[in-house]
Amino acid sequence: MRIDPDRRQRLRPVAFLRPATGAVLIALLLGACGSSSSSSASATAATRAAARISSTATVKASNGVALPADPDRIVSLSGASTEDLFAVGAGKQVVAVDVYSTYPPNAPRTKLSGFDPNVEAIAKYNPDLVVVSDDVDNIESQLASLDIPVLVEPAPANLAGAYEQIDQLGEATGHPSQATAVVTRMRAQVASIVASVKKETPPLTVYHELDQTYYSASSETFIGQLYSLLGLRNIADKAEKAGVYPQLSSEYIIASDPDLIVLADTVCCGQSFKTVAARPGWSHIAAVEHRDVLAVNDSVASQWGPRIVLFLAQVADEVKRIESQR
Amino acid sequence: MSIEGGHAETAIELAALAPGPLEPVGARGLPALWTFGALGFLIGALLVGLTVGPFPIGAWAIVEAAVSHLPLLHVHSPLTPLQSAIVWQVRAPRVALGGLVGAMLAVAGSAYQGTFRNPLADPYLLGVSEGAGAGATILIAFFPSAAGTELLPLAAFVGAVVAVTAAYLLGSSVARAGGTGALILAGVTVAAFMTAVQTFLQQRQTQTLQQVYAWILGGLSGATWHEVALAAPWMVLSAAVLLSHRRILDVLTVGDEEAGSLGLNVKRTRLLIVVAATVGTSAAVAVSGLIGFVGIIVPHTVRLLVSSSYRAIVPLSLLIGAGFLVLADVIARTVLSPAELPIGVVTAFFGAPFFAIVLRHSRWVGL
Repeated sequence: MRIDPDRRQRLRPVAFLRPATGAVLIALLLGACGSSSSSSASATAATRAAARISSTATVKASNGVALPADPDRIVSLSGASTEDLFAVGAGKQVVAVDVYSTYPPNAPRTKLSGFDPNVEAIAKYNPDLVVVSDDVDNIESQLASLDIPVLVEPAPANLAGAYEQIDQLGEATGHPSQATAVVTRMRAQVASIVASVKKETPPLTVYHELDQTYYSASSETFIGQLYSLLGLRNIADKAEKAGVYPQLSSEYIIASDPDLIVLADTVCCGQSFKTVAARPGWSHIAAVEHRDVLAVNDSVASQWGPRIVLFLAQVADEVKRIESQR
Repeated sequence: MSIEGGHAETAIELAALAPGPLEPVGARGLPALWTFGALGFLIGALLVGLTVGPFPIGAWAIVEAAVSHLPLLHVHSPLTPLQSAIVWQVRAPRVALGGLVGAMLAVAGSAYQGTFRNPLADPYLLGVSEGAGAGATILIAFFPSAAGTELLPLAAFVGAVVAVTAAYLLGSSVARAGGTGALILAGVTVAAFMTAVQTFLQQRQTQTLQQVYAWILGGLSGATWHEVALAAPWMVLSAAVLLSHRRILDVLTVGDEEAGSLGLNVKRTRLLIVVAATVGTSAAVAVSGLIGFVGIIVPHTVRLLVSSSYRAIVPLSLLIGAGFLVLADVIARTVLSPAELPIGVVTAFFGAPFFAIVLRHSRWVGL
């Protein structure tokens, strides 16, 4: 059988998550860092009414269908957008989310898929707004023919892009001020996390693992630029010839001797400190020797919703621990 | 063995009359010059495989280190523990697995081309790859915790064997008069069904996608000695059986009826060859995923350059297949270094033009 590499690449940054495990990890994360999304979940009627006038002014559906002033039958087929919608207080307007929208746990999860979207299955929910991360299988024009507006919120290049999507979703759903509040809080948290880490010279090195065949993410990716913010040097950057999601060789990883290994394949692929330490030759890597292997939830590390702050805090804590041991 | 003593002699006599080799061959059908050439190619490939990598380690130091492992010589290894780990724990198992898998695919390909009298036959003809894919997907879909464990190659192996068994039973039940067309069609049928099963499971449980793709495209990048030990016995056994049938394959080239009239039990022989090739190929696929082209181009290159007798094709394919895949893997890990390229890209990209040149400069003599 043949595998289309484009398809694989498209699937790569996505969450492959079993809900039960995800919920436990998320609970731990929230306990450690404080919630950045649940406090804004309730919206007052007044703010919604005030926002109603401005909501359609700036945001336009990407498939040309007019957006309603106050959509209340939203279908989200993107995990990050689901998180954003609930964070800005539009959760009550969401009627269905896709199978990978694992957060928040109370989102109305269905069997809908953002990878193989079925326009009839989506239309069954009678949506007045559909949010997707990619225009897969011409879903935009298909929904346009049913007069359903679509917003495409693709993986952003950096945090600014993620903030922009939160603002946009806030405006489109009638919660612009709450969206602004979420973004302001995220900016402040990111700033304080970044300030709490002192930048080492030479910088600490990091290896971000996407799966157990050593696919990684360079500093050009959304996740990669978070490491840059913390002053880390990404070992995947030297493999730029192979693109921003290169497959590194085991030998190169060992030779690079990274100070920190971040496993974003704990859920999809069952990786852990134990499996990493058992790989041939890896016991020579500083991060393995000093047990500086950070196991993160795949879905948190592959999406760009407000929880990305928790991921950043987790990495920062690990970096501070490594620095204190030096 | 599937033929009795008296008949075997007839078969061997007939093999001598089988479609003519391009040049005179030795008594055992294996020209000495080509044999030494192929052996030299393999040894060279193994040395390149061990000495080339993103971590610069001197070739001479590696040779010294290798010698230091021999008893009685008292040579001291000049490698640091880290260099030593990279050479012996990362590169060496990769080279060993590449050699084994390359040899296996090339030998199985040559045996399939002979037994099916079909130049397009490759080791995946009867659904090995689709069966392995379905086996791996079923495991990951229903037992997600088994991902990344030894159960994965085992499930792929079982899936591959089940697929070929089904194809063989179906094919041989309709082909009363013998012949290979029904068998090949049965292989296509089973492969399509296995692909449907795999795709259905993946659509329903997309979390299996990444695991299955990682395994299918796996190549040799994560090779360990453990994997080598897991797969080697099956591949050695399979290659031994196929090598011992090289004369029989020559007999089969005259056609089922003629071979049968000479006393060869064609159906039983074909079954034995299919079983042996399936066991070895399944083991190769289970540990290294799907690596295309090796099973087709290596035997044909030998056929075009050396001889159309399977007495030469099978053993030379083994040596050249091993060397070819080791070199392909060197390219896969150096061309974008420090990133990796899927090895299947290399085998096809470099293999296809090379094969085209061989084809252009040779006289096609058929099978």
